[in-house]
Amino acid sequence: MSNFNELAESVISGNFGRVKEITQEMINKGVEPLQIINDGLIAGMNVVGVRFKAEDMFVPEVMMSAKAMAGGMELVKPLIAETEMPSVGTVVLGTVKGDLHDIGKSLVAMILESGGFKVINLGTDIAPEGFIKAIREHKPQIVGMSALLTTTMLNMKATIELLKEEGLRDQVKVIIGGAPVSQSFAEEIGADGYGSDAMVAKDLCIKLVGKAS
Amino acid sequence: MLIIGELINTSRKAINEAVENRDVEYIQRIAREQVEAGANYVDVNCGTMVFDEVETMEWLVNTVQEAVQAPLCIDSPNPRAIEAGLTLARYGQPLINSITGENERYNEILPLVLKYKTKVVALCMDDSGMPETAEDRMQVGRNLHQRLTEAGVAEDDIYFDPLVKPVSTGDKAGLEVLDTVKLITEEFPNVHKVCGLSNVSFGLPNRKILNQLFMVQTMTMGMDSYILNPLDTTMMGYAQASATLLGKDPYCMNYLNVHRKGLYDK
Repeated sequence: MSNFNELAESVISGNFGRVKEITQEMINKGVEPLQIINDGLIAGMNVVGVRFKAEDMFVPEVMMSAKAMAGGMELVKPLIAETEMPSVGTVVLGTVKGDLHDIGKSLVAMILESGGFKVINLGTDIAPEGFIKAIREHKPQIVGMSALLTTTMLNMKATIELLKEEGLRDQVKVIIGGAPVSQSFAEEIGADGYGSDAMVAKDLCIKLVGKAS
Repeated sequence: MLIIGELINTSRKAINEAVENRDVEYIQRIAREQVEAGANYVDVNCGTMVFDEVETMEWLVNTVQEAVQAPLCIDSPNPRAIEAGLTLARYGQPLINSITGENERYNEILPLVLKYKTKVVALCMDDSGMPETAEDRMQVGRNLHQRLTEAGVAEDDIYFDPLVKPVSTGDKAGLEVLDTVKLITEEFPNVHKVCGLSNVSFGLPNRKILNQLFMVQTMTMGMDSYILNPLDTTMMGYAQASATLLGKDPYCMNYLNVHRKGLYDK
């Protein structure tokens, strides 16, 4: 058990090398891969999430932790069949058309991944059609859109309209985020939720898929 | 040094409320306080009002100009809202925030710069995306400089914004900006350089400290204009002291004025 604690602690402190070491040791000893993920890697990242929310940890530290966790995941993943990978749900994420802001959206992707979500990060400047294509391909429960510009935030509305036209609106929950958008904007354009930061976005996703991580 | 007062922006909650309620008194008070605190330009941004931005811009410009006679920085991603603001702008030479090297944006904004003979903030980005390094920024900057000056925009009316990104998500984000400002200053000594300060500190604690120091560092490299909150007396005091130390304040008169206004009193 103490090993899991140490693994979690190494994720929390963002110690990439140590996380890989412990994970490899555990694999060598025959520890169940899913247990390494749940009791070690994700357990650590959950603490990071809580501390980040409490402003006890900050963005660069969260990034280090996420990177350390990814280092461990990389070793464990090949040992698990795709179907057995624990996943709270699938989220398609992108910054909307005309908008090149990447940082906030990628932070959200990182936090969601570390919360057990499978994240399809489409990148920036994604047209409504791009979201539709990804939704058809990946069948996510949730699609998340980011915009940092007041001109591009209306492309969130355009994407929702196209979802309706394509008959996909009932199949996914739509969440939005970014500096110029708000809860009231989300309601105005018919989105299912608004996340003011990455942690809020994660909680929102958990609520929307109706499961706890 | 040009100080552009950033407070009248509907992405700020109090302003959003005041605009929605058409609260003339509040908007005018914020405009007046900024000018009294030393803002040379008053920024007007109602970009979050996506459904009636043009009408809101008209109302804001008129409301602000009833209170202060300062030139305005018309700040919007929407060319129609910018033109609505420029049509009404009465005092001094307005400043457009902003043009970029993106073709669509450039072609929409340039005619407004020429028609209304404005100053313009030129963001160092183009259709190839957000620049990473100082050299990336310089390439966009050179290109913009050439196109703008060939179109007849005076160098003195161009304000390059190097595009400030958070240091929390990229260790070199601050340094790249400092390098860019230095390079622009060397290559184009007659253009101006402007930036906002709060992006740099995103995701970190004690943001004010980082913002203040970044102001001093960028000014040392040649930045000569800032979009900031002029009611932040510490920031304003530092800005003046920094300019004085950089030899931009004959006989330290501005520094002494700021001292007498009490900005350094704790």
